[in-house]
Amino acid sequence: MENNCLLPQASDTSEYGPHRVEFTPEMKATHTILVPMMLPIHFTMLCEIFRQEGYRVELLTTNHRGIVEEGLKSVHNDTCYPALLVIGQMMDALKSGKYDLDKTALLITQTGGGCRASNYLSLLRKALYNAGMGHIPVISINFSGLEKNSGFHISARALVKIAFAITYGDMLMWIANQCRTYEKTPGKTQQTVERWTRELTGQFHSLRFFFVRRNYRAILQDFAAIERVEKPRVPVGIVGEIYMKYAALGNNCLEDFLVSQGAEPVVSGVTDFVLYCIRNGVFDQKLYGTNKKAGLTWAVAGGYLLSRQKQIISAIREEGSFRAPTLFTELEKLVEGTIGTGAKMGEGWLLTSEMLELIHSGVGNIVCTQPFGCLPNHIVAKGMIRKIREAHPQANIVAVDYDPGATRINQENRIKLMLANAFRNAGIHPEEEAAEPARAAQPLADFLHAPEASPAAQQI
Amino acid sequence: MCYKVGIDIGSTTLKCVVLDERGNILYKSYERHLSRVRQLTRDKFSELQELLKSHPLKVALTGSAALGVSEKSGLPFVQEVFATSGAARAYYPQTDAVIELGGEDAKIIFLQGTPEERMNSTCAGGTGSFIDQMAALLAVSLSELDELSLQHSCIYPIASRCGVFAKTDIQPLINQGARKEDLAASIFQAVVDQTIAGLAQGRPIEGNVLFLGGPLAFLKGLQQRFKETLHLDEKSAVFPALAPYFVALGAAVYADGLQKTYCYEELLQAMDTALKSPNETAGLEPLFLNEQEYERFCLRHQSADVPKADIRSYSGNAYLGIDAGSTTTKLVLITEDDRILYSHYCRNEGNPMQVVLEELQKIYAQLGLRIKIAGSAVTGYGEELMRGAFNVDIGIVETVAHYTAARYFNPDVSFIIDIGGQDMKCFHIRDHAIDSVLLNEACSSGCGSFIETFAGSMGYPIAEFARLGLFARHPVDLGTRCTVFMNSSVKQAQKDGAPVEDISAGLSLSVVKNALYKVIRVHSPEELGKNIVVQGGTFLNDSVLRSFEKELGVPVIRPVIAGLMGAYGAALIAKERMQNKQSGLIGEEELRHFRHESKPVVCRGCTNHCRLTINTFPGGRRFISGNKCERPVTGDQGSQLPNLYRYKLSLLENLPNYENRRGRIGLPFGLNFYELLPFWNTFFGELGFQPVISPPSTRGLYRSGQATIPSDTVCFPAKVMHGHIQYLVEQGVDIIFYPCMTYNLDEGMSDNCYNCPVVAYYPEVIKGNMKLPGQVRFLYPYISLGDLKFFARRMTGILQKHFPSLTRREVLAAAEKASRALQAFYEAVHAEGARAIRYARENGCRSIILAGRPYHADPLINHGIDNLISSLGFVVLSEDALEPMPEYQKLNVLNQWTYHARMYNAARRCLSMPDTELVQLVSFGCGIDAITTDEVRDILRSGKKLYTQIKMDEINNLGAVKIRLRSLLAAMEERAQEQEAAR
Repeated sequence: MENNCLLPQASDTSEYGPHRVEFTPEMKATHTILVPMMLPIHFTMLCEIFRQEGYRVELLTTNHRGIVEEGLKSVHNDTCYPALLVIGQMMDALKSGKYDLDKTALLITQTGGGCRASNYLSLLRKALYNAGMGHIPVISINFSGLEKNSGFHISARALVKIAFAITYGDMLMWIANQCRTYEKTPGKTQQTVERWTRELTGQFHSLRFFFVRRNYRAILQDFAAIERVEKPRVPVGIVGEIYMKYAALGNNCLEDFLVSQGAEPVVSGVTDFVLYCIRNGVFDQKLYGTNKKAGLTWAVAGGYLLSRQKQIISAIREEGSFRAPTLFTELEKLVEGTIGTGAKMGEGWLLTSEMLELIHSGVGNIVCTQPFGCLPNHIVAKGMIRKIREAHPQANIVAVDYDPGATRINQENRIKLMLANAFRNAGIHPEEEAAEPARAAQPLADFLHAPEASPAAQQI
Repeated sequence: MCYKVGIDIGSTTLKCVVLDERGNILYKSYERHLSRVRQLTRDKFSELQELLKSHPLKVALTGSAALGVSEKSGLPFVQEVFATSGAARAYYPQTDAVIELGGEDAKIIFLQGTPEERMNSTCAGGTGSFIDQMAALLAVSLSELDELSLQHSCIYPIASRCGVFAKTDIQPLINQGARKEDLAASIFQAVVDQTIAGLAQGRPIEGNVLFLGGPLAFLKGLQQRFKETLHLDEKSAVFPALAPYFVALGAAVYADGLQKTYCYEELLQAMDTALKSPNETAGLEPLFLNEQEYERFCLRHQSADVPKADIRSYSGNAYLGIDAGSTTTKLVLITEDDRILYSHYCRNEGNPMQVVLEELQKIYAQLGLRIKIAGSAVTGYGEELMRGAFNVDIGIVETVAHYTAARYFNPDVSFIIDIGGQDMKCFHIRDHAIDSVLLNEACSSGCGSFIETFAGSMGYPIAEFARLGLFARHPVDLGTRCTVFMNSSVKQAQKDGAPVEDISAGLSLSVVKNALYKVIRVHSPEELGKNIVVQGGTFLNDSVLRSFEKELGVPVIRPVIAGLMGAYGAALIAKERMQNKQSGLIGEEELRHFRHESKPVVCRGCTNHCRLTINTFPGGRRFISGNKCERPVTGDQGSQLPNLYRYKLSLLENLPNYENRRGRIGLPFGLNFYELLPFWNTFFGELGFQPVISPPSTRGLYRSGQATIPSDTVCFPAKVMHGHIQYLVEQGVDIIFYPCMTYNLDEGMSDNCYNCPVVAYYPEVIKGNMKLPGQVRFLYPYISLGDLKFFARRMTGILQKHFPSLTRREVLAAAEKASRALQAFYEAVHAEGARAIRYARENGCRSIILAGRPYHADPLINHGIDNLISSLGFVVLSEDALEPMPEYQKLNVLNQWTYHARMYNAARRCLSMPDTELVQLVSFGCGIDAITTDEVRDILRSGKKLYTQIKMDEINNLGAVKIRLRSLLAAMEERAQEQEAAR
């Protein structure tokens, strides 16, 4: 197996480039599927769901400079940073010697939208091919019928579980961010997050995950019980390109940084993004007369997810300790008059509306993250900031670019300027905040390394 | 009696201010920290012992390099812009705006109205280091630059976004003999423009403006440019004497508001803790483990040498090679058996002709009657100038010269990389022909001069700085982006307390990584083959050479004459081609009376209005520079070869006119209008509107909208749109129509048919960032032309809001007519494409498929590349003039953008077209091209075609384009000869 995929010299062969290797049903039993990290809580649960479907799945939790180096070597350097990181993380794992390369597959998402992200898959294949690993199958997860694999299906049962996992994940992330900055015992919030992630992961083995009201109540009680110090609230919203917004690997642990500065990160859930993707079909139909089935999809899938969002909102309101997130349909209304909902590439109008939603809910401080040179964000993020500020002069928005060469110091310096204004606007002298020693929250990644996280993994 | 101490640690300097309880300044200092930030901060405290020790103290640190000191010592930190605005409020309360230029940061603060504070984004020039770079380029000191600028008589437009861009604007001006006084002022003006366009982003800078930061405090010329541009008088432009210390002052003011006080000993203690804490960066592997390893390394490289011959004893023929680079000039004189008789390497200080003149005189003085110069060749930037001035026999493109020299050291050379002071050139050798010429571009600019400038700013001569790096124990990882990014990486390293040795080695490594991963984009060493030759002055730096070998993992050849390779190659070619010919090189006698005159004129040959410089030399030889095409040189009407770019533009410029019945509707001639204009013109014309179309872009048009561009890094074709809209507003149109179009037309060549996000949604940016007068209606509906009936229904709804009398039937009829007009346009372009191909075949011409996007037909965007190609004797085809391949083939990428699908199609077409090569046009900042370029290259390589890519931005760098095209031409000829020989 070692010899069959050595790099062919381009001039030796009339055919060119990599060939697609399908993930076959036989591979299901033999191959370990590597999944790149984006949202630790969500992805931990999702991986577990795939394990229950009989796949051997491993979530990559690596986070070191070598990933960037590997990415730089593997993909065109003008490609956006998320591609570089996602592919770098996988290539780094493959080259680590930890995996049997004849029994490893990779998984990556493909949205099918008009931005470059839909081509991450192709770039990954090219990277594999160039590194002499062209025989490794790459599975595309997409809902636009782009590519199918005979050995990889997402069953209806899994789909339901995925919907639950996403909403649970969103809720944990949302609530935890309201505790972290204020916790009396450092690390307490993170422990609670980890405990609940484990608990919910376990629940997917039975039908217990179905009882959302009971779970929500218990979760809320647990988090509300975390002892918190009284201190003035300085919330800071994080919006941006999806990978940059969520992945600590991408945004240099932005959430932890904000917490260390005494601010409260406000990070909306990924359900909104899913709803946005579905909803765009309806707009396509309205604007261009295409996509005739979009209305039905929206009614069924959209309606379902919306009802799950509503449940979370009412559970949080009922319990009363925390602020509730905003319903997706509100986002759509907020954006009216600022940007057209036809803008649907990348995070599209959703990104603009997230900024507006933050401002409307009193979170005027915003970090807008994007990969350097992100095409949609020229429009929907940087292109809209002026318009937003005109309508909301108090908005305190900083746009931060991320790329392999951009340094943390430059990014943090700009964020600190935004924070200095945030504290001033909140009428707080920042001394009490800034004097606190920088404290890095323990990354969730550490606990994910523990093998006992998944009983199912041992079964396989 | 509490004293306040503010310390500002920037990227290169440390500033300190001490205030007494009433806010009087007791002490201030300003010094370079040479990256020893923690030690120097502590030293500063001990220096001030007398002043501080008997007072309670309040302290704040500020500045980018202070972040680390603050973290380690626990002393309070304040963000520098925040500190500045605090000090401005306290000491200059009447201020409306603050502009601060630092070494690498630029900031603007609006204090009145809605307060706003902004810093330059990560990609931005126009700062102190930009001015440093430019001074180095002109070979003057900062104070000289300043004095020069005060005596200017005119100002040239210079891009200031980054040093690389500016350099490409300035270099031709230098070479054309522009006055340094004017250049100096132009450089300052560029900084001003960058500040206004990039930082203020359309918000007017008015009232009392406070100017801060080193450059603005010291450079009178820069002050003058700001005052003039912003129309400020002496009273409203404030240049405080305190400017250099202002941020430190801000920190002290901020400290005043803090609760915590320290006593003197506590401060020292805090700093001692900081000093003791270890460096955070693990660092990279050292370059050399020990001296022995280094010696072996030196020995190995010394073996790649050229034998010398003594000019005083040799007799016979000699051949001269000149490499007139952009910043350095090199000369080599060789014997009949390739030994070096004489060589010279020096900086040309902006006057290459003078250098060559003097050197030739020196050479002639030593030749006597023994040696005869039997041939001469020149390569490099100043090739044509030298040929004109000294009647050099042969002019050759750099790549060929370098290849010829490299072949001397290794006949099987597979890859050549040349890193000079400011340029990087690399190319593969396939089948003894040059392939894939790669040059460094805006975001991959880290070259030799960068290390030099850095060494200088840290207070070391370059040689010592390089030597320090050799035995650094933990070279820092500085990333691979452009110099601006590297600068901030160095700041990060300083923050982490890295010593200068590690920074030096890190810089060498990053220059190498930049070359390997950004310019060459290498995946594995095997791609470069086994025989790599490195050259250029930068590789004479052993740290860089070692880094290159280490990163690649293979030994390479560095000739001892690495800096002279171009000239040596030129000499070898002179020898080869001038056998049995008479050299026309200027003689000793004529040289003595050498005179030259240059005069500037504006060319009226076409709408480009190039600024030309006409040089006249003895014997009536003339050299014209500054031209974008050959027209002013050859005097004819330009090449008559078919040129699809010219053809498309003329079609679009000659659309039918319509009368005004319902109103005047403005259509901006940019981005997708370069294709859809026939549709919209007919559509609105038929509906009774008079379409007003903006003209093809010009520099002035671009500038008129520049201030409203919100994102620095968006592609140039999008930026130009702001100017087109501005033009339409000035024409007083009633409506501006610029639709959002997610989808393009499906041409059956792709998996999906999107527009790129920028083309699709740029109208949103226009709407959000340009203030249009109230009477102009800006219509930017989301529409698609895919389903004409649906389009008509939707358009009726949209238009009826403003023109209730419009009916759906009218709209549908207009849409159908418009659709036919568009179809006719497509057909005309295809027909012309077919004619061009036929023409090439019948007349034995070579063709180039210039594969870009429709809007690359804009002459400002393509900088006249099509004419340049045409003047080199090629038929110019475009990607959209080629018929779709009969069957659609899946690619290795998701083929989902209509415009880009045409490029893939063109590449596939190219494979079966004889004497045709493809040149891909790429817009700087076009993220999608990161995907298409590799794929187009792979398609072409699969059919043994050459791949050439030209990246374009607002800068006009036809010099680099010419190198690529001439290399391509040379490679095509080489191949043709081989095929001939094979037959």
